[in-house]
Amino acid sequence: MKIRNTGYPYYIWLAIFIAIPLILVLYFAFTTGDSQNLGTFSFSLNNFKRFFTPIYLTVLYKSVSLALVSTVICLGLGYPIAYIISREKPRIRNVMVLLFVIPMWMNFLLRTYAWLTLLGKNGIINYIITKIGFQPLDLIYNDTAVLLGMVYNFLPFMVLPIFSVLTKMNFNLVEAAEDLGANKKVTFLKVILPLSLPGIITGITMVFIPAVSTFVISSLLGGNKSTLIGNLIEQQFRYTMDWHFGSAMSIILMVFILIAMALTSKFDKEKEGEGGGLW
Amino acid sequence: MVEKSMKRLYTFLIFLFLYAPIIVLIVFSFNDSRSRGVWNGFTLKWYFELFKDREILRALYYTLFIAISSSIISTIIGTFAAIGIYGMNGFGKKLVLNLNYLPVLNPDIVTAVALMTLFRLAQLEFGLLTLLLAHVTFCIPYVVLSILPKLKQMNKHLAEAAMDLGATPFYALRKVIIPEIMPGIITGALLAFTLSIDDFVISFFTTGHGVSNLSITIFAMARRGINPVINALSTLMFITLLVLLLIINKRTEKNDKNLQERR
Amino acid sequence: MKKRIVLFLVIVMVIGVVTTGCGESKPTLNVYNWGDYIDPDVLDMFEEEYGVKVVYDTYATNEDLYVKLKQGGSSYDVIFPSDYMIERMIRENLLAEIDITNMDQIAKVDDTFMNLDYDPDNKFSVPYMWGTVGIIYNKTMVSRPLTKWADLWDEEFSGDIIMLNSQRDTIAVALKKLGYSLNTRNIAELEAARDELISQKSLVYAYLGDEVKDVIVGEEAAIAVVWSGDAVSMIRENPDLEYVMPEEGTNLWFDAMVVPNNAKNKEDAQKFINFMTRPDIAALNADYIGYSSPIPEAVELLPDEIKNSVVGYPTEDMLANTEIFKDPQDILSEYDRIWTEITSAQ
Repeated sequence: MKIRNTGYPYYIWLAIFIAIPLILVLYFAFTTGDSQNLGTFSFSLNNFKRFFTPIYLTVLYKSVSLALVSTVICLGLGYPIAYIISREKPRIRNVMVLLFVIPMWMNFLLRTYAWLTLLGKNGIINYIITKIGFQPLDLIYNDTAVLLGMVYNFLPFMVLPIFSVLTKMNFNLVEAAEDLGANKKVTFLKVILPLSLPGIITGITMVFIPAVSTFVISSLLGGNKSTLIGNLIEQQFRYTMDWHFGSAMSIILMVFILIAMALTSKFDKEKEGEGGGLW
Repeated sequence: MVEKSMKRLYTFLIFLFLYAPIIVLIVFSFNDSRSRGVWNGFTLKWYFELFKDREILRALYYTLFIAISSSIISTIIGTFAAIGIYGMNGFGKKLVLNLNYLPVLNPDIVTAVALMTLFRLAQLEFGLLTLLLAHVTFCIPYVVLSILPKLKQMNKHLAEAAMDLGATPFYALRKVIIPEIMPGIITGALLAFTLSIDDFVISFFTTGHGVSNLSITIFAMARRGINPVINALSTLMFITLLVLLLIINKRTEKNDKNLQERR
Repeated sequence: MKKRIVLFLVIVMVIGVVTTGCGESKPTLNVYNWGDYIDPDVLDMFEEEYGVKVVYDTYATNEDLYVKLKQGGSSYDVIFPSDYMIERMIRENLLAEIDITNMDQIAKVDDTFMNLDYDPDNKFSVPYMWGTVGIIYNKTMVSRPLTKWADLWDEEFSGDIIMLNSQRDTIAVALKKLGYSLNTRNIAELEAARDELISQKSLVYAYLGDEVKDVIVGEEAAIAVVWSGDAVSMIRENPDLEYVMPEEGTNLWFDAMVVPNNAKNKEDAQKFINFMTRPDIAALNADYIGYSSPIPEAVELLPDEIKNSVVGYPTEDMLANTEIFKDPQDILSEYDRIWTEITSAQ
């Protein structure tokens, strides 16, 4: 292309607002001292050493397991609905997608907070349950509530990529498979599932990453009882002012996510061409 | 037949799940009680109070202002960036693409604390400016990522052809390239707008006194018992959204129909 | 059509910029206060009387406030820290001196609230509200009255206990239960308190801030650790609630208005502080938020059931077994570490 490279303003922006901040975080992570006073910094691995103790590793473990469970649930709930919507006629399909997307446009804090009214001991769900005659359920300020919050917030991020891939899929292949004698299960496992894999991978990434790093959901719905790694990081930057420890944990979180992404990208060779796999 | 009704039931349940909190918000916006659990009678007073509540109106104003400004700025920078990246090759391109992908990949709390550290070290006063800078920073990557695929789909030689015919590079840019990638630009702008309007974590760490967006205000209120005025606000927002999206949907349907009829 | 949308958006932006610019005609006062800690009408009244625009923001704990102030990048004109936090802020030169001789309402503050240890000559602060920390419980939901901090570790109440999501207050509860001072500098004692709190975790319903009011009034949990002012508000809404200052002793606290060093509008800040000390204004605030005012004339204006209640206005001998928080100074990082460990424990 003979056109001059118009990207230069952005390259400078990238350097200042993306590259430098991360370098700063790295710098903070490997030093200690009064985080408000640059002059007191000295190199140290203490922050990392402090993290790799049982009490904080449990926090990481909990964050990862909750994120994994919610990702699996999102996949289990999301794939069927993506499939169902993708098979509808275009007119109905568009309306359904619209209806699916509208809640995402509403403020997520608000929607999460509204769950407190639903999940409380005297909340709406328990009201219905007790009217039917069952014992009230323990649905709030515990891991169940946090899981539910995660699934609720991130389900659309699983559904939309899968839906997008399914609509582009050539359904003649499915018909061909059925003509060749394959039953529904085999068709699904051998034809539909592999073809929709790129969407699944995107969906998993778009759910797992926010799920493992959230602090809002655990703070609003978890009663501050289960600290997740997101909460820990927030705490260091907003309460204890230990930016060094907070930065170290941020780096650990980033590395963790990069490893997870590297593992999943083994399943999907053509990621680069998708431009990030956005819908 | 059973399969069809199971599909229907499943779809219904999922949508119920999605909309349950919204229904709660809407219903309780008419509740004549401050407490979030008890129903006390129907009232419209929260809607009137909404227009008197300074904190919420201010937050709404800042939210919209930042969303509109950051999507415009990030779309402009992002479009030029995407075009520039498209023309690059080799290591430089990889580097830029990877750096660009970082805010998308990184959990928002990491982006947030990184930016906060930068602003603090630069001794900037936290407020509207830092908030705007932060929003533009996390919006541009999405704009770039929306436009790049369109650039790839575009016929490379169109621009060259235009310039061979005597167009200046800038003219070629305006009249040839941009129209081709316009859908990508629009998607990018909309994406940026959506992300900015709903952002909480990054705004939380990069804003300063007085400048709160809606999410931050709600978070602060959630800590002390939500003001039912927020329920009224969310109901209004929901209705506006619904109407807007239905209109857009009807228009694209009409467009499609027109295209079909012409054939 | 598209051009018109863009034009519209640009107009909105321009209007936005212009109106924020126009706001500069009136002087502005940046106030940063606890959440739910003022009668909102009071702000309007101040704006009208003094022609000053008030920008009001809130925080949830003293530590929140301190961090916001220390990390800079935001300047406030009036803030409302508690005793130990004022002590720390004075020590770190974060506060501007105020001139109480210039405030005609200062005489209305009862002498017992002036010249306290954290600010001996009131060079920096003017008292705002005071209170205690205690246990509130729902008489109809528990089998027996609660009287001690140790009751919060009773298995019988498992799942019904709400603790405060506040570092110093919660650590203080455990320290008191073990018989230690809530200002201890003994790391072993602090770690013992930490272990107590960790062992209590399985009994705790949640660690909450202001949302505790809704939860207790709505009877979703039976017991909570709360500040006395919140107890007053809650009892007003649900008469089945009872507030008690535990036997092992508790915390007596004072919140005061101070002016940070980097305040941009120190003059109006002092006027605001004076205004808030007016008995009628103090009464409005005390009535709205339920907390106890240090201004006797204001207390007189309060409804009987509040001013005569020992919840908000305990007697002297009830206050005998209380301690006021002091700034931990150099062992603050130990407090932080211990609190992080408490919240992280599963």
